[in-house]
Amino acid sequence: MVLSEKGRERLYLLGKSWIFLFLLGEAVIFSFIGTGFFSAKNFQNILVASTTILLLAAGETFVIITGGIDLSVGFVMGLFCVISAKIIVSLQALGFSPVVSLVVSIAGTLLLGLLPGLLNGVLVAKLRVPPFIATFGMYGIAYGLSEILCNNVPIAGLPSLVGFIGNGYLLYYLPGRGFTWFAPPEGLGRGEVRALLALFPNVFLFAILVVLIFAFILSRTQFGQHVYAIGGNIDAARRAGIPVERDLIRVYMISSFFAALSGVMYTLRFVTGRADAGSARMLDSVVAVVIGGASLYGGTGNMIGSIIGTLVIGVLETGMVNLGLPTYNKYVYVGVILVLAVLIDQFFPEMVRKGE
Amino acid sequence: MNERKPLLEVKNIVKRFGGLVALNRVSMEVYPGEVVGLLGDNGAGKSTLIKIVSGVYRADEGEIFFDGKEVKITSPMEALKLGIETIYQDLALAENLNVYSNIFLGREKLKKALGLIPVLDHDYMLQESHKVLNRLGIEIPSLKNKIKNLSGGQRQSVAISRSIYWNARLLIMDEPTAALGVAEQRKVLNLVRTLSEQGVSIIIISHQLYDVFQVAHRLVVLRRGEKVGERLTRETNPDEIVSLMVGAELVQEARGRE
Amino acid sequence: MPPLFIRLRIMAYSHFGYGQRFAVQLGRNWVVLFLVILVVLFSFTGRGFFSPKTLNNILLTSSPALLLAAGETFVIITGGIDLSVGFVRGLISVISAIIMRDLYARGYSPSFCIPLGIVVGLALGLLPGLINGILVARFRVPPFIATLGMYGVANGFALRFSKGFPITFLPPEVGQIGNGFFAYFLPGRGLSFFARHADIVEGEMRNLIGIVPYAIVVVAVLLLIFAFILSRTQFGQHVYAIGGNIDAARRAGIPVERDLIRVYMISSFFAALSGVMYTLIFSIGTHTQFSASLELFAIAAVVIGGASLMGGKGSIGGTTLGVLVLALLEIGFLMSGILPFYRYIAVGTILIFAVVIDQTFPEIIYE
Repeated sequence: MVLSEKGRERLYLLGKSWIFLFLLGEAVIFSFIGTGFFSAKNFQNILVASTTILLLAAGETFVIITGGIDLSVGFVMGLFCVISAKIIVSLQALGFSPVVSLVVSIAGTLLLGLLPGLLNGVLVAKLRVPPFIATFGMYGIAYGLSEILCNNVPIAGLPSLVGFIGNGYLLYYLPGRGFTWFAPPEGLGRGEVRALLALFPNVFLFAILVVLIFAFILSRTQFGQHVYAIGGNIDAARRAGIPVERDLIRVYMISSFFAALSGVMYTLRFVTGRADAGSARMLDSVVAVVIGGASLYGGTGNMIGSIIGTLVIGVLETGMVNLGLPTYNKYVYVGVILVLAVLIDQFFPEMVRKGE
Repeated sequence: MNERKPLLEVKNIVKRFGGLVALNRVSMEVYPGEVVGLLGDNGAGKSTLIKIVSGVYRADEGEIFFDGKEVKITSPMEALKLGIETIYQDLALAENLNVYSNIFLGREKLKKALGLIPVLDHDYMLQESHKVLNRLGIEIPSLKNKIKNLSGGQRQSVAISRSIYWNARLLIMDEPTAALGVAEQRKVLNLVRTLSEQGVSIIIISHQLYDVFQVAHRLVVLRRGEKVGERLTRETNPDEIVSLMVGAELVQEARGRE
Repeated sequence: MPPLFIRLRIMAYSHFGYGQRFAVQLGRNWVVLFLVILVVLFSFTGRGFFSPKTLNNILLTSSPALLLAAGETFVIITGGIDLSVGFVRGLISVISAIIMRDLYARGYSPSFCIPLGIVVGLALGLLPGLINGILVARFRVPPFIATLGMYGVANGFALRFSKGFPITFLPPEVGQIGNGFFAYFLPGRGLSFFARHADIVEGEMRNLIGIVPYAIVVVAVLLLIFAFILSRTQFGQHVYAIGGNIDAARRAGIPVERDLIRVYMISSFFAALSGVMYTLIFSIGTHTQFSASLELFAIAAVVIGGASLMGGKGSIGGTTLGVLVLALLEIGFLMSGILPFYRYIAVGTILIFAVVIDQTFPEIIYE
């Protein structure tokens, strides 16, 4: 197949952005089957449902670009979900106000959340343990710890403030009454509740903010550049003076930070602390990152791709739930999409080249 | 060379990759027992040519004759069956296997256990490997050591022994001395001479002109996919070869500046 | 190039005396030592640890993991990984159970339903492996991804077939086969082969001792066969070669694609077998979300047993030891009254420990 210069350019762009087109395609399909896809409520459901994977995938992106993998994120998330809940409950019992408890809990959890990453990073960077093993070991340790901390019972008794923030939206609009911030307007009648438009779920907003910050770090800072370099050729990076060990440790700390953040989000949304909060999402984050274009061998990938990969899964899930489709098919579809993604990523450069 | 027939003859080989012409009507011969140095700058087409002869690539145009008969070499196995063995730059050894396993890689000797089940015949492979290493005068402490524990020169020897054991009639060596120390380089070159005396034809690709001049009978120079020169080693000198490799103008220019 | 501290060790090794070499040998085979220590430890902390019942428990607990790990060993030696085995196991457990149940319900005799269920289950079990193998070998999809995709697909299909509920109403003979022993011993009555003593009475059942369960025999035989294949045959040699240097293997004429596909089929066969055995032993077909952790334990066992995720190393024997260590931990913790969650921590730590040790101790160098 011989293409013109212009044709080749177009084909190339197509290849790079296929995942985005796929997402659009999904949206189109779901809007035809079933109803109410294109509604603010639905979009926001998708966003909230994707929050967990989004956060885990964001951290995972850094790790995968360095050519590694972090299998511990699912249970680190659970661990810190439990920890954050425990802190709130304990502080409340000591008499602190819900607000203080919440703030301290979040800050403390995020800080502590750097620890598993530190450990993973030291194992991988200093002791040359293969990332698969190191993070898998950490997965076991995190799981054990989290179950011990909560005695295998979900932690309850959190103040309602938690749920309020976790399930709240930034902005509410009621036709005829205007906007209110942070909370729905008082005294709503039944008819009005249905007309209420809620915008921007808090949880998602916060998550996307953090993700975008790190997207910036990945794509525009020297550290981000080094992350790609390490993934491309770790020896070359070392010899060029890049502090490979230090950066690798930081990368794993970023990943566990996101896992901890995701745990906090879970606590906020479900007003409970569960050790198995992240167990279902363990590998979904890796799937999202790979669908988004990263290669497990390292060196490629970016945050936008991971976000799109997350949305692909999120739209699929939400769409299937809306249609009342049994969830087991989801696994099949996601599995197939995953393999397709890799195949396309591999064969696409070939197709472009053949056009020459 | 007298009136003997060439062992290998490639005629008017053309190979394209997309829009790039890697080889443009290249022809050359190799006679039995002859050492031919295949020289050229990076991108000249040397690797492509030997990959065609060893079955990794297929030529788009041109013919290959081995032992006077036309052959189509469509896969590495075909080349091996003809007696064309290639030693790649990365040696193509399995680091996790031992010396004799590597010598027999892909062509392991089997015996029947309990008269029925085909099983590896380790003793046979060990013995035969000893024999071939002795024949070539190579010393390796124990053939049970894994490749990863051997030095660069020892690994090279194992790769060469593998080709010899399988009765290579044409041995292609890609940068054989590149990663070796001086003493080991000398050993490899001696080995090349020994093999040549035993009737094996050898094509050597190397950037070390000094080494090639020591062992090759004849030199073939490629530049940008074309054969730009062929000389008997004793009738030429490094300068002339270099000028053929890069194009005479550049050499003149360099000279002019001195 | 191994890190500096390892290179120094390798250099120093050739100057070691016999005492030091023994230490190195010990270091390389630390798993056995560890196993022994564990046994000793648990015999103190647990009650009744040293009993045939415990041994039985350990063997039974480790059977599914053993099967999965055996298949996984082949894959890992080629430098790949198979994440789908846990769910393939569940899928086949469900499928074979459904076949047995439905045929039985239609009135076919158990001696028809049961073998059919087993055979079809095993045959279908080769399919995921075939697909995985083709994806990896021909389409060069990284094994992690290919088998991750299959993991999802197997999970999805298993859930669809089972609707999340265990499959019951299997022919009653299933339990007899699954839990049968080769021989039974009744004090005062001697041995009876293949079936319980014909006229056994309720009261005597408690004294009945089963010798050598079928399940164990099947597992042991298979392990021996595949250990033989891996260590003595040309195919096995090629598996190691592919793991060591896939390009060298290819250029040496080894049919790399064909062999890789076979390796993944072996892995999913073992997974299927594990599923079928589960159905036979428990008389139900189940597939749960928690099957997922099984493959990770299988992989852990293979690595603890000496394999490297980079490929080129490993053995069935080592894997078996790895599985025994993990099973021992589980039972030992249980009997010592330690919370099971500490087990996860222990496994994680051992795994990391295993890899670090493997890197620090140099290879045996022959003189």
